[in-house]
Amino acid sequence: MHNKTLTELAQGLREKQYSSVELTQFFLDRINQHQALNSFITVADESALEQAKAADTRLAADDNTTPLTGIPVAQKDIFCTQGIKTSCGSKMLDNFIAPYDATVIEKFNQAGAVMPGKLNMDEFAMGSSNETSFYGPVKNPWNLETVPGGSSGGSAAALAARLVPAATGTDTGGSIRQPSSLCNITGLKPTYGRVSRYGMIAYASSLDQGGPMARSAEDAALLLQTMAGFDPKDSTSVDTEVPDYSATLNDSLEGLKIGLPKEFFSEDLNNDIAAVIETAINEYKKLGAEVKEVSMPNLNLAIPSYYVIASAECSANLSRFDGVRFGYRCDKPADLTDMYTRSRGEAFGPEVKRRILMGTYALSAGYYDAYYLKAQQVRRLISDDFKKALSEVDVLMGPVSPSTAFAIGEKSGDPIQMYLSDIYTIAINLAGLPAMSIPAGFANEKPVGLQIIGNYFAEARLLNIAHQYQQVSDWHKLTPKGFE
Amino acid sequence: MSLTADDVKKIAHLARLGINSQDIENYAKDLSNILDLMTQMGELDTAGVQPMAHPLDQTQRLRADVVIEENQREHFQAIAPQVENGLYLVPKVID
Repeated sequence: MHNKTLTELAQGLREKQYSSVELTQFFLDRINQHQALNSFITVADESALEQAKAADTRLAADDNTTPLTGIPVAQKDIFCTQGIKTSCGSKMLDNFIAPYDATVIEKFNQAGAVMPGKLNMDEFAMGSSNETSFYGPVKNPWNLETVPGGSSGGSAAALAARLVPAATGTDTGGSIRQPSSLCNITGLKPTYGRVSRYGMIAYASSLDQGGPMARSAEDAALLLQTMAGFDPKDSTSVDTEVPDYSATLNDSLEGLKIGLPKEFFSEDLNNDIAAVIETAINEYKKLGAEVKEVSMPNLNLAIPSYYVIASAECSANLSRFDGVRFGYRCDKPADLTDMYTRSRGEAFGPEVKRRILMGTYALSAGYYDAYYLKAQQVRRLISDDFKKALSEVDVLMGPVSPSTAFAIGEKSGDPIQMYLSDIYTIAINLAGLPAMSIPAGFANEKPVGLQIIGNYFAEARLLNIAHQYQQVSDWHKLTPKGFE
Repeated sequence: MSLTADDVKKIAHLARLGINSQDIENYAKDLSNILDLMTQMGELDTAGVQPMAHPLDQTQRLRADVVIEENQREHFQAIAPQVENGLYLVPKVID
């Protein structure tokens, strides 16, 4: 059951091979059986079974059903869920029960999907290894000594271990793609503004974007269909028509122009990863694609630009956590300043504090022009680099991560090393473009993802390109030992 | 560019962020390293480049000036650390 695609699961429900209650119970049992992965923060047994019962009624009456009706879809713990804890991986929100649903959650509910629980993540989505969560690190099912990547590490691990058939993630600097790459699953970061950010706890508002994480591009298309669309409640949401993402999955790739940014393939790229990427690109050539080298000269400044902008926006966004209206409040505060300072000091972890401090500094008087303004200008130049490259080719391809899954604890003491984990993904967030990670092979028995970057709102084309590769490869079907 | 322990204390105060005194040196070291990374941007000439705040260069969308939200005070205050008579309670501000 756990190896079936979403389409197959939906078909089984309609053919009455099993009910949604049975399907949900099956996945809840798998989640409970593999708690050692630590991929969930909250397992919502009761409400999931209630949702499943409602889905069964809807399916029996054939009342307004969708391909996701009755299917378990786990949610990253960054999306607010009414009545069920939303912690965002932080002690600050350990007691937080949101009074409303995020738009993404509302859309899954309307589709009739079942939510088995909330997935573990780096605290406030700040991290590249899922080690900054208040609830402890998530383990990578491919090698339990290693990290699953972050910040959507719980989503990636749960999918890789087949604990859920579908999940969501969010990507501010690579947080959908990097864990997808490290865990051998398919993840899509949509164009900025494509998926509503309403009710998705904000980290860096001009970069954050929710998206689907799945076992295949075909499944990701179904999830994105539900998630995407204009939302008047999100002032950064873009009012553009949502195409039928499943309809074009089988389009031919004949004549597809692939650009390889030479900056992605410098000598810093690990040879084993480079070999996997090269083999995958050769498969695309066999499918009819043409390949050419492109250049993006400002890409080397993506990390500094990103960390100024992300830290600045995070210091502003996280100012709402002050112990007044919700979340953690320190014990017996002496005065108001003591309450703010101690509540924030006791409830935020070290990485969150580091970024708040950095952002506060970068935005402070005297430094604004040198850091924030400069970073926004560099961002423009990086975005222009992408525009130029994508005027010459249809998509760009390259690695997702400079390394495969690394050991738990290996990089956690060195923030710069950790920040460099996102070196190939961050620039895409600065430009706001859509990009995917798809399973492309293994290096030293660890998964390697191929990154595919497209033009604005070209998610359908990306899914088509990913799906065609998955028709001629089996990497995405492989399951880690112990989770078959 | 390097930050001192005093700089970190000052920034932490501005951010109303409590930091354990034994961690201050480490924050100063980490933040200095991150600032070095950020200073790399200074090498690029960006004179005349329009700063980019939104990836699609969109501006704030406006809506009609009408009330669309219902009053949900009780609902929202149900999760507050301390409330009384519909107000959020905080330590005394004025003597």
